[in-house]
Amino acid sequence: MSAVSRLSRRSCVKLLAAGALSAKAEPPLTAGFVYNGPKNDLGYNQSHAEGKQSVKSLPFVRAFDESNVPETVAVEETMRNMIFQDGARVIFATSYGFLDPFVLRVARENPNVQFFHCGGSYRDKVDPPNVGIYFGFIDEVEFLAGVTAGLMTKANRMGFVAAKPIPQVLRNINSFMLGARSVNPSVTMRVVFTGDWVLPVREAEASSSLADQGVDVLTGHTGSPRVIVQVAERRGIWATGYQFDQSVLAPRGFLTGAEWAWGGVYRHYLEMIHDGKSVANGSIPRRMTGTLKDEFCRLSPFGPGVTPEKRQAVARVKERLLNGSQAIYRGPLKNNTGKIVIPVGKTIPIEDSSLDQMDWLVDGIQGDTRG
Amino acid sequence: MNLSKDGAGFETVLIPLAAVAAGTLIFALFCEWAGASAVGVFRSIYKAGFGSWFSWQNSLVRAAPLMLCGLATALPARVGIITVGNEGAFVIGGLAATAAGLATAPAQPLICLSAMAVAGMVAGGAWIALAAGLQHYRGVNAVISSLLLNYIGLAILLQMVEGPMRDPASLNFPATFAIPETHQLGRIAGSRVHDGLLFGVIACLLAWFLLEKTVWGMKAKVVGGNPRTAKLVGLPLGQIILTAGFLGGACAGLAGMVEVAAIHSRASQSISAGYGYVGILVAFLARHSPLRVLIVSVVLGAVVASGGILQRDHDLPDATIAVFEGIVFLTILASETLYGRKFSLAVLARNAAHAES
Repeated sequence: MSAVSRLSRRSCVKLLAAGALSAKAEPPLTAGFVYNGPKNDLGYNQSHAEGKQSVKSLPFVRAFDESNVPETVAVEETMRNMIFQDGARVIFATSYGFLDPFVLRVARENPNVQFFHCGGSYRDKVDPPNVGIYFGFIDEVEFLAGVTAGLMTKANRMGFVAAKPIPQVLRNINSFMLGARSVNPSVTMRVVFTGDWVLPVREAEASSSLADQGVDVLTGHTGSPRVIVQVAERRGIWATGYQFDQSVLAPRGFLTGAEWAWGGVYRHYLEMIHDGKSVANGSIPRRMTGTLKDEFCRLSPFGPGVTPEKRQAVARVKERLLNGSQAIYRGPLKNNTGKIVIPVGKTIPIEDSSLDQMDWLVDGIQGDTRG
Repeated sequence: MNLSKDGAGFETVLIPLAAVAAGTLIFALFCEWAGASAVGVFRSIYKAGFGSWFSWQNSLVRAAPLMLCGLATALPARVGIITVGNEGAFVIGGLAATAAGLATAPAQPLICLSAMAVAGMVAGGAWIALAAGLQHYRGVNAVISSLLLNYIGLAILLQMVEGPMRDPASLNFPATFAIPETHQLGRIAGSRVHDGLLFGVIACLLAWFLLEKTVWGMKAKVVGGNPRTAKLVGLPLGQIILTAGFLGGACAGLAGMVEVAAIHSRASQSISAGYGYVGILVAFLARHSPLRVLIVSVVLGAVVASGGILQRDHDLPDATIAVFEGIVFLTILASETLYGRKFSLAVLARNAAHAES
């Protein structure tokens, strides 16, 4: 008798629990984000961490992250932990060095988990099908930051502190310069390469020495240009940012900057996965790339030094970029050794993969691609 | 610094344990201050490090390079040379191993891997022997010189990877050409732990044997204990110091080789993942004893392995594990002053009486 009643009570509870579950919701879609550096770097890593924060607006998602994960077996273990300990069904690996062999290996072991990697290339038939690539083309935004800088400079000399002379960095240097020259043909720019992504001391030295040489606009492409922007503010000159909004560092001299907008990208992915789509069966595209138009990146809010007329001038250029009447890489284009790199009449769209072979600096830049 | 005894004596066990306990207590206070439950944090560390076979593998994967990097500081320390050049020897070893691997890629996997191991060990060994030799022959403090050599090592790695050894196809991620997949170092059967763990265990056992069971080990201890006595009895000081430096550096160089041969298949900036610096901590926690290096590496591997869960489940910053390591390192260093002291009430009372009179 008592056994029967206990049984029925237990099944009753079970039924109730099942009912509550089905009424409440399905288990959340768990997503893990992995960053290579600290998530408060006011740079690349923070731009991704902010994107992760924004997916909280999706009620069906549970997101968590891990920062400062080195590009070695550590990142494999991190991804495995996220999958086995936290039940992650989606992994966003945000640093270039995570893909090969780490993401590829863990993806092979876990065919039911979807992996999305920022940048890099996917080899058909070789790499596991549950890996997708996403990346943004930020050349247009650098161009607009360059337009702003070109309008603001009085000395007609600008300085750019860069990590390494790799194509991605050279594209940003060149598009910034082309933007500045499009409104101010006499402007010149000196480039200093520091040699690595995070070298705050060397970045500060390079920025200071550029300021000593009389530049009145400083910008850069490193893991986070925070030091570059800070030095500019201290030296009383203008600065434009990169990766993330650095305006808090230079309340007086910050002009604008080119920043990433990963939030929309992440929400889009998670919505597609929530709808049952997957990169493995092709219902999510293998590569998702975007530009200013697709809101993969954006211009930071203007600083107080940029007058309304100049803001309007920049807005007009942005309009032309969006409607296609303004191109960035349009011939004739000479590099800084006098050689024609894009002939007359030829325009290379920023999505074109040939730009990823870039090994030149455009005319007017003092610097050397050998670093 | 007390380096004369290994394993013997009550205080060489009790004092490090007390130091670790004190460090752990301070870290517990830090966790509470940072808003996390200390008990929960320690439970997570245990769960992430040793809670299951899955976690054990996670710890062992991370312990493998730490064993070799720990020996890199521990071995020279036994002859009285403190070096912190593990990271430099690691990347130089990895770079040399890559060069050797690419040169011998057409050969059988075993030949290629052997060439890589030898190249890595010779390069790493020469790196630390340089710092040891500079101290012995020229009076340049090895702590300083080996620390600076780390920066030079990393600069050479970047220069080679982005210059002469660069695979032109590695556009936005400069790296060398890859060593064929068939020539990769394998995994220990039934696990995801690579063979580097075996290298680490064997190296620790060999180092223990060398120091405790051979005449050379005895000589090394005399040199480390009292160089003047060593000189007086006619030991070849320079030779012993250079050898100890070379053997230590060879371990770090071998770790660099494993990092390339088992994990990356190529040299790039990523092979500098900071194992060398954790290796210094391993050696000091182990009081430069090879067998304890083995144990401490596994424990620290587990601690590092738990870094992720502390971020995800306790919302602690990523630096938490570094804070833990740093606190324990400081308490261990502070505890060095306690060796050879008598702790009895009588002594305390006598000291108090002295102070009053």
